[in-house]
Amino acid sequence: MSRILVLAKKEVRDGYRNRWIILMTLVLATLALVLSLLGSAPVGTTNISPLAVTVVSLSSLSIFFIPLIALLLSYDSIVGEEERGTLTLLLSHPISKTSITLGKFLGQFLILSFVIVVGYGAAVLALSFGGDIAIDQLQWSIFFKLLYSSILLGGVFLALGILLSICTKDRGTAAAYAIGLWLLFVVLFDMALLGVLSSTGSSFISDEAAKWIMLSNPADAYRMFNLAGSSDTAVLSGMSGLRDDQGVPNGALLSLLCAWIVVPLMASCILFQRKSI
Amino acid sequence: MKMDSQMVMDFAQVSKTYGKVKALEDITLNLAKGSSVALVGHNGAGKSTLIKLILGLIKPSSGRVRVFRQEPTSGAFNPLRCKIGYLPEQCLFQKSLTGRETLIFYAQLKGLKAGKFNDSLERVDLAAAADRKVGTYSKGMRQRLGVAQALLGAPELLVLDEPTSGLDPIARQNIYKIIGEEKERGASVLISSHVLTELDDRIDQVAILNKGKLTAMGTIPILRRKVKMKSEIILSAPKLVIEQIEKSVGTPRDCTRKRDGVLSISCDPENKIAILEKIMVFGAGIENIEIQEPSLELVYNAYSNSNIGGAQDV
Repeated sequence: MSRILVLAKKEVRDGYRNRWIILMTLVLATLALVLSLLGSAPVGTTNISPLAVTVVSLSSLSIFFIPLIALLLSYDSIVGEEERGTLTLLLSHPISKTSITLGKFLGQFLILSFVIVVGYGAAVLALSFGGDIAIDQLQWSIFFKLLYSSILLGGVFLALGILLSICTKDRGTAAAYAIGLWLLFVVLFDMALLGVLSSTGSSFISDEAAKWIMLSNPADAYRMFNLAGSSDTAVLSGMSGLRDDQGVPNGALLSLLCAWIVVPLMASCILFQRKSI
Repeated sequence: MKMDSQMVMDFAQVSKTYGKVKALEDITLNLAKGSSVALVGHNGAGKSTLIKLILGLIKPSSGRVRVFRQEPTSGAFNPLRCKIGYLPEQCLFQKSLTGRETLIFYAQLKGLKAGKFNDSLERVDLAAAADRKVGTYSKGMRQRLGVAQALLGAPELLVLDEPTSGLDPIARQNIYKIIGEEKERGASVLISSHVLTELDDRIDQVAILNKGKLTAMGTIPILRRKVKMKSEIILSAPKLVIEQIEKSVGTPRDCTRKRDGVLSISCDPENKIAILEKIMVFGAGIENIEIQEPSLELVYNAYSNSNIGGAQDV
């Protein structure tokens, strides 16, 4: 256990030394701020919480941005060590391959959590100080939901990135696969599903099946969780029209995200054992 | 041979194949406590595979590998890994960490007590650069940092993959000095190299690997003798003296006049002393004597290109 922490600590230290953490935090905070300022402008005086507007904007940003930075952070975890020649050195120490995988994941997870909390936190604080809403009037619960689900979404793509870094032979290939993975989950999946549903083929897919096909994509599960998860955000994002049976309990969505973390991590550990060094 | 219980590392008829490629074939090799062996071979001769077997990173296809009397791939071997110091062949440490932080990281992985590791850094002449980032280090400095890393926690077995590559002669000498000190402390040392001439007298045994086979094993002088390389005695003297020496030494085909006043006599290493005695009769007439042993490179080439001897009969 202590060796997992040693590895995680090194990962975090490396993250702030090469300015990765500070850069990503700034980028995320800036994007978040711009989006929320733009997003809150047209609301005018309504009884919708301004934070709900922000959360809807931010969750749209998260779906594109967080998987990307998570994959960037993790795609070369193992293959990078292999290329630098430090993997054999690492393995010559009394540390198991599972601990290496978990240590790397833990370190990257901490980095990503920090980036998300500070980045989004800064944006929301700036908004509340600049705006006319007092902090204590904000609906913090929907913001916290955004935070922890974003972190989970990041975790999913970290785990997928680590899996990639174990399956590939060199960093270049890993990077290419990472981009492919991002496109697949974030862009192509939804487009393909939308295409099928709007075509005549849709009659073969029941509503229920379509829902679960969509939710098998972690990015969509995340979207559903944040947009349909509370009445305020649902109204804003056009999710309020959902029938009761079309909704999915938040618990199920969170478990889905967690499964998307656990399964790739387990696969990573197994494949790492089999990988020829 | 020493008793089995004193063997730090023991290979018995070990083979390793990758698909159809035989990386190692029938290797029998051992390393006693406090002794050192150099593994010499071309790139691709199987040195790295052998080292991976020692570290338990891969399993042998056949044969038996024991390190500290345990199978290196077994779970029971894990705690014993603290007793191994390993320097990979090419090792690019994280550029963003300082030299000291790198050492602390690996020390923690070995489960050592926290510290500043000034002594470790001092030993490889990195004290002044200890708190600079590894990214700013030269190739030689990175290599020395790697050596310092391998020495952490006073390991009982040092496995150094090409420890002197990229080092200048002074740094190289320093590495051999450290290896000597480690041996005195009781550590066993296995180093690999593809340049035989870089080896030093502090290495007890040389094992020559060629295409996965152990073609020769022994001390450097024994290897020289087995390959029947000639020693060469080169002397400078006035012409008259040279003619007399030629007669006295006998067999003229061994004598060649290189240029005026310089004679070269090639002879079997074991006859060297007898010939020198004959030459010394002319003592005062001789201006200079130089003795050239067959260079390690020649010995190595002889072993690599032919099938002289076997590993068994040393």
